[in-house]
Amino acid sequence: MARRILTALVGAAVMGIGAHAASAATLDDVKAKGFVQCGVNTGLAGFAAPDASGNWSGFDVDYCKAIAAAIFADGTKVKYTPTSAKERFPALQSGEVDVLARNTTWTINRDTALGFNFRPVNYYDGQGFMVRKGLNVKSALELSGAAVCVQTGTTTELNLADYFKSNNLQYNPVVFEKLEEVNAAYDAGRCDVYTTDQSGLYSLRLTLSKPDDHMILPEIISKEPLGPAVRQGDDQWFDIVSWVHYALIQAEEFGVTQANVEEMKKSPNPDVQRFLGVEADSKIGTDIGLTNEWAVNIIKAVGNYGEVFDRNIGAGSPLKIERGLNALWSKGGIQYAPPVR
Amino acid sequence: MNSHQGNFVRASMIEAAPAPIQTGGLAYWLRKNLFATPKDTALTIISLLVLAWLVPPAVQWLFIDAAWTGGGRGVCATVAQGGSQPDGWSGACWAFVNAKFDQFLFGRYPIEERWRPALVGILFILFLTPMLIPKVPYKNINAILLLVVLPILALILLPGGWFGLPFVETPLWGGLMVTLVLSFVGIAVSLPLGILLALGRRSTMPVIKMLCTFFIEVVRGIPLITVLFMASVMLPLFLPQGVTFDKFLRALIGVSFFASAYMAEVVRGGLQAIGKGQYEGADSLGLSYWQKMNLIVLPQALKLVIPGIVNTFIGLFKDTSLVSIIGMFDLLGIVRLNFSDANWASAVTPISGLIFAGFIFWLFCFGMSRYSGFMERVLDTSHKR
Repeated sequence: MARRILTALVGAAVMGIGAHAASAATLDDVKAKGFVQCGVNTGLAGFAAPDASGNWSGFDVDYCKAIAAAIFADGTKVKYTPTSAKERFPALQSGEVDVLARNTTWTINRDTALGFNFRPVNYYDGQGFMVRKGLNVKSALELSGAAVCVQTGTTTELNLADYFKSNNLQYNPVVFEKLEEVNAAYDAGRCDVYTTDQSGLYSLRLTLSKPDDHMILPEIISKEPLGPAVRQGDDQWFDIVSWVHYALIQAEEFGVTQANVEEMKKSPNPDVQRFLGVEADSKIGTDIGLTNEWAVNIIKAVGNYGEVFDRNIGAGSPLKIERGLNALWSKGGIQYAPPVR
Repeated sequence: MNSHQGNFVRASMIEAAPAPIQTGGLAYWLRKNLFATPKDTALTIISLLVLAWLVPPAVQWLFIDAAWTGGGRGVCATVAQGGSQPDGWSGACWAFVNAKFDQFLFGRYPIEERWRPALVGILFILFLTPMLIPKVPYKNINAILLLVVLPILALILLPGGWFGLPFVETPLWGGLMVTLVLSFVGIAVSLPLGILLALGRRSTMPVIKMLCTFFIEVVRGIPLITVLFMASVMLPLFLPQGVTFDKFLRALIGVSFFASAYMAEVVRGGLQAIGKGQYEGADSLGLSYWQKMNLIVLPQALKLVIPGIVNTFIGLFKDTSLVSIIGMFDLLGIVRLNFSDANWASAVTPISGLIFAGFIFWLFCFGMSRYSGFMERVLDTSHKR
């Protein structure tokens, strides 16, 4: 009998904790502990990497800072949890991190079965091929029989198999566990082709001994929409994370930058005034549980989307990735924000 | 005596003549060790050729062509790669190691607080050095300083949060500091715990024997990497939200338990090598169990298994790299993490970083190995060969 009571007690305790976890608003938790716990990559050039003094910097890291700035008006109130590809989902599911900004591809499986929510895509990536110019290959369809260097255990490996199978091409996969090993093998000529996400191909080029001998083929064989992920069941938190991205896009569209944000508050444009929370009786931030200055705080902390992109992975960084699909919708890309009103 | 004419008796000793050239000097040594037979001569020549083929390019790459200073990838990349080196250049990128050196030592520990781990490190060296030299007296006080005072100080200084020291959480720890803390704790815990487990496994008390055997066999039967991974990935799913055990603590416990289980088997090997007569002799003197073990059995057994113990220590030291998989950055982890810094991305950065990490690991392991050789000679009182 005693044992039965004990079991019931333990069960009730677990249920109670479970119910508590489901109902607790992430925003309240975050405000209570005073920082955002942000899951980032364990090291990916341009997205999350340590800078000279050991602080995290990068494209994804700036998203963590932007979320912190929106909540606390202070982009430094973030703690980073470096997560490996395998660790990242349990870390988010268990509540170890509040948001996962870790170049994670939005797929239906992750959106539904794994219990996460994705909405904004902060970087449209896609898998591409890099080959030696000496091969005189102009298209991936001419790669029949090629030796392809690929990192094992990634969606990249599966996409590669799918692509070659659907096009009836033969290939020899040369697989490695670690990214540096793949890079070294390709550089040493152990394979003809290197395949990974395009953003990865750009950082690879930096480490090749003769970058000019290599070219990136035009084919993109997969869609890799990368974006921040949150747990299902907390719509307010989901909204905040989504609108942080939209605010960054909107700021670029309005031409609001880190440097001119204070000035832009005086803009005669009512759209800009509304966006920056200076409109009379504004509820632009309070409606999602933040202050009306939230967008201003984000821009002050990291700048607009264009600045974040440029500084970490674009023209202002060693990676020099083109905006491409990630340009604003008005400039030939597909980055688009719903109206802020 | 002098009157004996014709009989010559030498009054002084002849100076010792130098040994014939065939039996001494450099030429003799060369001939004996390198050119004794045609086979030896052939091997010597081949070895010299291999050295001549390997060493100059290595020296050239490691030192002469290396980029020693600089603030970015430019110094380690050729013009074609977007850097400043001439085309075809290849050399070690020590500028990368130089720029990231503090990070390799302390990880992401806040810069203004790095004096804390540095102080702990200096104290560690101060307390450890006299401990290692047999002639230095006051070993008891020294041991208390090293094994009680130092850990308490480290516990106060490294995480902080007391006496006005800002709290530095363990995810920020990294580099050599993590490697050393993990190995020191692993070594300090595993030796006594391993001895107890070994004694327990040889005990005549069935429950103790079973428990010790169970612990050793279970821990030895699971790969450390699995335990770390389970603790890091699965445990958070079972625990209620918000309740997390410190990752570093998990790694510390995991590494210590593993080393203890291995250590127990090494020590048991030593215990089994001690003849039954020693145990019976101790019993006949009326010594208690612990007196028997402390005074008679363990001193002999441990001396026998010094190579095995040090082998376990070295293995443990290198196993600490496994914490990389749970998002902790030990020396190797932080070096590899920095490969992803686009400002230092170049063809030679990864290999330079890995050579540096390998060299540091080698320094420590070689040091341990030499010291164990020294201890074996000091303690070798009966089994000299």
